[in-house]
Amino acid sequence: MSDHDHDHDHPHAPLTNGDEPAAAERARALEELLVEKGVIAREDVRERIDWLVSRSPADGARLVARAWVDREFNERLLADARVAALELGLDPGPSPVLVAVENTQAVHHMVVCTLCSCYPKGLLGPPPDWYKSLPYRSRAVSDPRGVLGEFGVELEDDVELRVLDSTADIRYLVIPRRPAGSETMSEEELAALVTRDSMIGVAQPAAPAPVAS
Amino acid sequence: MSYRPGQRVRVAARPHEGHHRTPAYLKGKVGSVERMHASFTNPETRAYGTDGLPEQPLYLVGFAQRDVWPDYRGHGDDRIFVDVFEHWLERVE
Amino acid sequence: MHDRGGWPTDAPIDRSEHELADWELLTDALLGALGRRGLMNVDELRRGIESMPPGEYARASYYERWLFSIETVLSEKGVLAVGELDARLSR
Repeated sequence: MSDHDHDHDHPHAPLTNGDEPAAAERARALEELLVEKGVIAREDVRERIDWLVSRSPADGARLVARAWVDREFNERLLADARVAALELGLDPGPSPVLVAVENTQAVHHMVVCTLCSCYPKGLLGPPPDWYKSLPYRSRAVSDPRGVLGEFGVELEDDVELRVLDSTADIRYLVIPRRPAGSETMSEEELAALVTRDSMIGVAQPAAPAPVAS
Repeated sequence: MSYRPGQRVRVAARPHEGHHRTPAYLKGKVGSVERMHASFTNPETRAYGTDGLPEQPLYLVGFAQRDVWPDYRGHGDDRIFVDVFEHWLERVE
Repeated sequence: MHDRGGWPTDAPIDRSEHELADWELLTDALLGALGRRGLMNVDELRRGIESMPPGEYARASYYERWLFSIETVLSEKGVLAVGELDARLSR
């Protein structure tokens, strides 16, 4: 019972200096210790940090925009998303398999990792806190339409909702539907409509701005 | 034993001590194979410092949500897809 | 505790986000650096997180769980001696 009550996971560790939790100092001390002992190389740490901060959903958006304008690319993306990302000069990251799933008029996809936080961060950047949160992990599988409602998404009556729980080595990316009214937009303009949340499946892409007459 | 797309399978309902990646909510549930991804190292052994070999086939298995949750509140044809290792799947006669 | 799919909850999904703090990026990178040396893999990370006492798991933030796991696994392997990190912190 008590375990169920406290199921949000904001940082609660005691604060020490400034706004940092005790874990901050601990992490830094751990790095120093491991580097001193020759267990790890500081360059490896720096390189990994550089990679992490370079990741952004703009990369995923480029994949989606290309798929929207080029149907053959869309097929290649669905067949092997990792290869398709490399084709565009993107870095899909170390996860061995990336699978893109396509939203259609009949099907809407939503992705979760109930067991931890698996996420295609190579193409989307780090996952948002809510994606890693206990309520999302609990309800995305058992009450996905309720979750979508919280995110302000209501699907048409005849749309089948497919939830993907990424429990293993596969990372899933949702290809949202191309918005109506975007027919004359350039690929770059289209990419700007593709939000991170639409590639997780908890949002639709942004609507095109109305054309000034 | 390998499974083909479209084949009905049951997720084993056995308990498991230690790290494994088959969610409790799926155990004992029947679904159908969507595809076989590839084979991957076994997280159950790799989690304890071994190399996780031999690799195990990993399947994407689809389930009707109403088959998974007794009080599912969504639409009747909503589905849930989960990656499940072959050694957690059983034939359904 | 970690196996959350379908757990009953009335908690709303808090959609506020925070940019990763330096120490969080560092913690993430530590796993990568350890992996580069073959000293710790992602399955061990997850297993270590799953070994947290439930109350601690619930209270800890995401990267606090990572830190717990890294310390646990490295101590198991003797890469970190018992109390070695604590001793360093109290220097």
